[in-house]
Formats: sequence, C-alpha cells, structure tokens
Amino acid sequence: MDFLGRYDLLGAFWVTVQLTVLSACGAVVLGIVLAAMRVSPVPLMRACGAAYVNVVRNTPLTLVIIGTSLGLYQTLGLTLASDTSTEFIDTNNFRLAVLGLALYTGTFVCEAIRSGVNAVPIGQAEAARAVGLRFGQVLRIVVLPQAIRSVVAPLASVLIALTKNTTIASAIGVAEASLLMKEMLENEGDKGILVFTVVAIGFVVLTLPVGVALGWLARRVGVKR
Amino acid sequence: MPAAEATPMIRMVGVDKFFGRLHVLRNIDLVVPRGQVVVVLGPSGSGKSTLCRTINRLEPIDSGTIEVDGHPLPAEGRALARVRADVGMVFQSFNLFAHKTVLDNVVLAPVKVRGTAPAQARAAGMELLARVGIVDQAGKYPAQLSGGQQQRAAIARALAMRPKVMLFDEPTSALDPEMVTEVLDVMTTLAGEGMTMLVVTHEMGFARRAADRVVFMADGDIVEDATPEDFFTAPRSARARDFLGKILSH
Repeated sequence: MDFLGRYDLLGAFWVTVQLTVLSACGAVVLGIVLAAMRVSPVPLMRACGAAYVNVVRNTPLTLVIIGTSLGLYQTLGLTLASDTSTEFIDTNNFRLAVLGLALYTGTFVCEAIRSGVNAVPIGQAEAARAVGLRFGQVLRIVVLPQAIRSVVAPLASVLIALTKNTTIASAIGVAEASLLMKEMLENEGDKGILVFTVVAIGFVVLTLPVGVALGWLARRVGVKR
Repeated sequence: MPAAEATPMIRMVGVDKFFGRLHVLRNIDLVVPRGQVVVVLGPSGSGKSTLCRTINRLEPIDSGTIEVDGHPLPAEGRALARVRADVGMVFQSFNLFAHKTVLDNVVLAPVKVRGTAPAQARAAGMELLARVGIVDQAGKYPAQLSGGQQQRAAIARALAMRPKVMLFDEPTSALDPEMVTEVLDVMTTLAGEGMTMLVVTHEMGFARRAADRVVFMADGDIVEDATPEDFFTAPRSARARDFLGKILSH
C-alpha cells in the first residue's frame, strides 16, 4: 500500500468534491428556473424549458463536457479564467467542466422538482392566488417550497449521480479522482485491483453520507398533510 | 342614493361557462348588493361551486361579464391579483398552506400583498385567530388541527386581507358533523357584522338563519331567487320543491 504515498489521492478527491459542490449549486439554480418555466402559464416558456430538458438530458454527459471544451472554448472562444494566469488551462477546464455538469444535471433537478410541483395539491396554488399573490409569488412562496421538500429524497439520487458523473471531467483533463486512478493504473500495472478498490471506496465514502444525510433531511422537512 | 352606495358588490351579466361540451353556467345574471348575505343552494352538479369560483376568476368564463365593486374582472396578471386580494375565499378543502404555521398562513398575504409590516400583521393575525377561537393553535401546522379548526383558520386568513366580499365554497362539506357548528357560528357572526357574503352550502339551517337571500340553482341556471322565508316555505319551482323534499325529509 505504500505506493499510495507517491500520489496525491486526497488532492484528487478534493477536486472531485469541488466539482460536485459547485456544479450542484449551479444545477439547483438552473433546475428551479427550468422547472418554473415548465410549469408556467406561458406556452413559449414551457416550450423552451421542455426543449432544453429533452435535448440536454438525452445527450451523453461525455458529449456535453467535451462540447464545453471543443464548442464553447475552442470554437466560440469562451474563457472562464484569466488567460494571463499560469494555471489558465487547468482553471479554465475545471470551470468548463463545472458548467457542463451544471447544464446537464440541471435537467434532472428540473424534472425532480417538476414531479414535486405536480404532487402539491392544486388547492394550495388556488388559495395562494385567491389571497392575491401574483404568479411568481405563488410559485416562490407556496408551491416551490412544498415541492422541493417533497423531492429531497429524489434530489439525493441526483446528487449522488452527479458525484460519480464528475469522473467524466477527466475527459477534458480535469485532475479529479478518476484521472489520478488512470495515472496510477498506468504506473502500477501490478496493483490494478488495489488502485481500483481504493478509488471505489473513496467514492462510496463521499456518496454514502450524502444519501444518509438527505434521507434524514427528507423526513425532517417533509410536509404533513 | 349616492352612486357609490348603489354600486353592487358583485354583478354578473349573461355569464356562460363550459367544461368541454358541458354547459355548466347558462346565461347567469346575478347582482349581490353591498352587505347582503346570499346563500346559493342546489343539487350537486348544478354549477353553484363553479359560479362561486368565477367571481375571483379561479374559473375563467366563456362569455358575459363579471364586475366586483363596479370594476370588470381583469384577465390574468397583476390587476387580477389586486381584485383577488379584496375578495376573500374559503374552500371546501380548507387549502391552508401546509408548510406554514396557522399564524403564518394568516400573516402571509397582508405582508406579501399589502406590504403590511410583519409585526403589525402578526398582531392583527393573533386578533383574528382569537376572533375565530383558535388563538391557542397559532404556532401549529395545519395538519395538526381538526377540520373545524382548519376551516376557521382559513376564514381568518381570508379576513386578514380586510376583503370587501367573502366567497364560501361549501365550507362545511368536508367537515365531520360535530365540527360544522363551530364554523357556521363564525360565519353567522360575520354575516351579522355586515360582511357581503356569497355562500355555497348544503346547510339549510344556516341559510334560514343568516341569509338575506337564497339563490337556487339547477343545471347551470338560477331557478329561484327569493328570501329564505319564501324559498323554504313556498318554493315556486318543481325543481326546488323536489330538492327541498329530498333534503328536508330526513
């Protein structure tokens, strides 16, 4: 096991954690906006929301991530880091990966929230409209808080999937856990199973508490009817 | 009489409403003057709930006009929200906001719609909860209350907006029998205080006791429009006689 000391395993997993947390934040914001579009009374908004979700959700994540690098950066020239920085390539790729993961995961967050919105009884929105709240307020104050509470458990699954999906950032060279695993496998050919097991355990250590914590939270904030 | 006083609180002219091919409201004309308590009776499926829900446009109508306090109902948007703020509504299924405490239910709209200061809204909210007799439940969530308590909280929530008119859509139909009285008592008090009310109900006792006027509907039409005394003792139409015969016989 002492060969592990030659590699920055914790550092690689730290990148994984950063990728996960940052893109989760982006995905939740995007997911709420998309869900609001998909339940809005404006047909154009609904159509745009549905089109985005259906296109992005059905595109393999590898394509989305490589698309951010090839399409947004190399073709369209979008840079997300200061290009005078010595770490420009690394920082830019990391941020492109966060963007890609958020754009992709946002569609799953949207669909989870939308199912939660549909689970809120219609009378809740009617009562909210009847007291004079405007559409945005009805959604923000009454419907979404109840919808999100009821989808904490499904959102935990989305977050766990996202954690594992961050490994795809290695496709554009982000130095997260799976890229290090690949490097270790190349250098330590005889210890393949061991390397593999260590990295797998690392992911379980990250995701298991997320599931337990959010399961507890789901019971805690669940709306009683 | 000055023009302002002559303006009816609710005016419906030639209102038609379809659910698909079902004609649920047929050319309805109804005027509710300020301060009047109107009870709408009728067999289920007669369109009485739909009628109630068209007045704050929870159900849009297909033709005709509806005016609240002299102003035609606007289409969706901010203007409609402003009208709804002045029209209190109480639902059959209470519809208290399930994720908020009873007091927060009452305080929500005054703060978010009227811009009342939260402290002031809370004080007013506690007063209203005391008025409907559930001040000790202020910190609980709706699911922790009995049906009767929930409905009284819903009435307090509507009253918190100081509405010009109150709509009640079968407020006691989802209640256990022993809880009907506590809700009707609150409504009777409200009627006695001069609130303009339109009440869809099956409670004949309430209609006799508290109503100024009974409107009887059948098949989307207003069949009779009379005082409670006249309606219950001498219904003119066969439909009304049949209806009263069925519900008063047991």
